[in-house]
Amino acid sequence: MTASTVDIALFAAKLGMVFLAILTLAAYLVFAERRVLAWIQDRKGPNRVGPLGLLQPLADLVKLLTKEDFIPAAADKWLFCLAPAMAAIPAILIFSVIPFGKPLTIAGHQVPLLIADLNVGLLFFLALSSIAVYGVAIGGWASNSKYSLLGGIRGLAQLISYELSMGLSLVPVVMLARSFSLTAIVDAQARIPFILYQPLAFIIFLISITAECKRIPFDIPEAEGELVAGFHTEYSGMRFGLFFVGEYINIIVLGGLATTFFLGGWHGPVLAPVIWFGIKTLVFAFFFIWMRGTLPRLRYDQLMHLGWKLLTPLALLNILATGWWLVAAS
Amino acid sequence: MSVFDDIKGIATGFGVTLRHMLRRPVTIQYPEQKRVPYPRFRARIVLTRDPDGDERCVACYLCSAACPVDCISMQAAQRADGRRYAAWFRINFSRCIFCGLCAEACPTLAIQMTPDYEICKRNIMDLVYEKEDLLIDGCGKDSSYNFYKHSGIGVTQPRGAGLEEKPPVDVRSLMP
Ligand code: SF4
Ligand code: SF4
Repeated sequence: MTASTVDIALFAAKLGMVFLAILTLAAYLVFAERRVLAWIQDRKGPNRVGPLGLLQPLADLVKLLTKEDFIPAAADKWLFCLAPAMAAIPAILIFSVIPFGKPLTIAGHQVPLLIADLNVGLLFFLALSSIAVYGVAIGGWASNSKYSLLGGIRGLAQLISYELSMGLSLVPVVMLARSFSLTAIVDAQARIPFILYQPLAFIIFLISITAECKRIPFDIPEAEGELVAGFHTEYSGMRFGLFFVGEYINIIVLGGLATTFFLGGWHGPVLAPVIWFGIKTLVFAFFFIWMRGTLPRLRYDQLMHLGWKLLTPLALLNILATGWWLVAAS
Repeated sequence: MSVFDDIKGIATGFGVTLRHMLRRPVTIQYPEQKRVPYPRFRARIVLTRDPDGDERCVACYLCSAACPVDCISMQAAQRADGRRYAAWFRINFSRCIFCGLCAEACPTLAIQMTPDYEICKRNIMDLVYEKEDLLIDGCGKDSSYNFYKHSGIGVTQPRGAGLEEKPPVDVRSLMP
């Protein structure tokens, strides 16, 4: 066997494992969310399927697969079928640039624990996160339903409100790490995580990624109280499931990104790096669930107000302050 | 400042939800865990008998009239001694809302509510209870009450033998 075949085999194994891990984690995040929300509301949550209800995701999967796959008569069939994939795939793709552990050495081969070490990893993330909203917008448009359309439009309006502050809140990180590569950003936090230098940028990023994964208090495109289910009103069966799982993959990926940018990635004492990465990511996931159980939904003008008039100027000021501080320090 | 008030408000909310997360759930896991209802819980309806073992119901239709969803029906009949009874008596539990108005209306304490709340059926027709299904052998909540001892003059006992009755007076003997 030549060296390159071993490399390819290792890469394929890594790819498969990451894919499997993310999908399983996303499925169990749905379960965890239902349990935690139940606890918040003094209930028990799903605990019937298997021990402690741990097989619930499987039951959900069977249910979704056996539901009728309904396409409205007046819908644009191609786009309608395409939209769920467009929502879920970018979310999975983003994970390819996140380093989730220290590089391993297996049989003399250096295996970096990330899929692709892009030198513009951060830009890759920003680009893909903008593409993900096409799934929402197209899904809303193609369904040929008022509620879906409103949801899709709200999704777009939401995107332009938070995307800017999200990008700007990452500029100080790039300034500190002097690189767009996520590996370099993690390496730059070997001693001190960036959250200590950049608490403001962290908070802005946290608020922005909540809007990015369309969760309460920013679940405006879904807004089940106003829009039935927003952009995925007309979806059923596994197509709906794809939107749904995409949302949870998004939570994991964005939690991983927040870990990478601000909490020092896989760096941590005692425990294995991969475990540290997992813990930090799940803390974010828990926080998202906790937030869902706590906060009410914002109106979309309030979201725009928050994004344009508060977060964006603050992020800009933060960049200026960081630049000034870096110059003064050097 | 209002921003700090806002942040404080949000933080308080997170505190409240965290506290509830750690609290014991109030859920009762029904088929395994059953709550014991209070004795006066209003569920499955029964027809009781008086202390002498006779049916209490006199088929007066008052319960049927009081029922807001019209789920009680019956046919009155009369025994040779003049005592009334229901030839048939039917409660449709698929319509009953367990309001208890029938039990309140009943002058003979015949119709009573019991705390047995587990009367779900697969087949809705099984929820139509006939008199045989409703009639129990006991007195229910009041073990001493017997309508005919207080009322129903001359039906089950000679005149004047009732509890609040005085013996009849021969009016011709009432001289000024
Ligand atoms: S409990 Fe209410 S609804 Fe049920 S039979 Fe009696 S009066 Fe009718
Ligand atoms: S159950 Fe009571 S109220 Fe109903 S018919 Fe019989 S005596 Fe009358």
